[in-house]
Amino acid sequence: MDWMAWTLPTALFFASIATALAVMSVLAIKRPSTPRVGVLGIETARGDRLFLTLLGSAFINLAWIGLTDLPQTFALGICAVFAFATFRWV
Amino acid sequence: MEKTTNQRAWFLVLPVLILVAFSSIIPMMTVVNYSFQDSFGGNEFFWVGLEWYRELLRSERLWDALGRQLMFSSIILLIEIPLGILVALAMPKKGWLASLCLVLIALPLLIPYNVVGMIWQVFARSDIGLLGRVVTDLGFSYNYTQDAVDAWVTVVAMDVWHWTSLVSLLCYAGVRSIPSAYYQAAEIDQASRWSVFRFIELPKMRGVLIIAVLLRFMDSFMIYTEPFVLTGGGPGNATTFLSIDLVKMALGQFDLGPAAAFSLMYFLVILLVSYVFYTVMIASDKAEAGQ
Repeated sequence: MDWMAWTLPTALFFASIATALAVMSVLAIKRPSTPRVGVLGIETARGDRLFLTLLGSAFINLAWIGLTDLPQTFALGICAVFAFATFRWV
Repeated sequence: MEKTTNQRAWFLVLPVLILVAFSSIIPMMTVVNYSFQDSFGGNEFFWVGLEWYRELLRSERLWDALGRQLMFSSIILLIEIPLGILVALAMPKKGWLASLCLVLIALPLLIPYNVVGMIWQVFARSDIGLLGRVVTDLGFSYNYTQDAVDAWVTVVAMDVWHWTSLVSLLCYAGVRSIPSAYYQAAEIDQASRWSVFRFIELPKMRGVLIIAVLLRFMDSFMIYTEPFVLTGGGPGNATTFLSIDLVKMALGQFDLGPAAAFSLMYFLVILLVSYVFYTVMIASDKAEAGQ
């Protein structure tokens, strides 16, 4: 695995995404979700909202890196708010 | 009682997931790992955190290449979509002539990308190329290896030549699927040619047009081989699109860390645009089914 150049932070990052996917898969079986139309006007299921959260968070983090010199933890806070809003209203 | 979706069927795609893991996910994880580190070869890596992302996001290089890429994609969409529709509408609808047209139109699609670049490299040369000589003899100053505008015109012309066929074929399929009753009704109403296009053909082509825009946008956004063979990204950086810049960074300069960060940002933009197009396509399909 040396060629993959693993580090603890990147391993934790992928582990958290894998955990999210696993939890969503179990939830999808135990409590299947009904797609709904939210503020974006598009039909989304729980998985779509997770995808939008991850994609949006990536852009929030990139914007933070590009625009400010403040610690990245602030961006993670914004991502948490964004995730809540996406799952609640999208 | 609310209708729910049974998600158990997703387990059937597990074999594909394993295949995708080896072909895409593991390489992608490696790229993520590289993007946070610096390497001087010998499989030795040094943690640099967000440095490469910060450097790239604040450099003109990335934004210039992105700007050129967006401009290129916009230009070719503005040309290829209307031209493809025009060609599809002008094509014969039946008989041997229709078959001949389909074969001729499909020909550019069968040519490998690097060969297309090579053909146009020779075709557009102002000293020996047919196009270059004709344009020069007509009194225009044309040299795509030295003039940025000429290089852009040539790259755009090459892409239009190569890919308008795809749009035409998709639109042709859309036009051919319109039931003749629509045309008969239009004839009874004495509708003009424009009205037939505006109210019958264009709405019926909506589905294939969305696919055509999606395919052409994604393909043009990832274009590499043809402009690389034709201009090598030049003159200067005039036709250095994102993928060309990325290859220069990764292979030319062997900056693996910055190139990995660049790749991921490039991937995220493509993922976002694909998602938007996919959502529009699904919404369009549902609207069409509800009609």
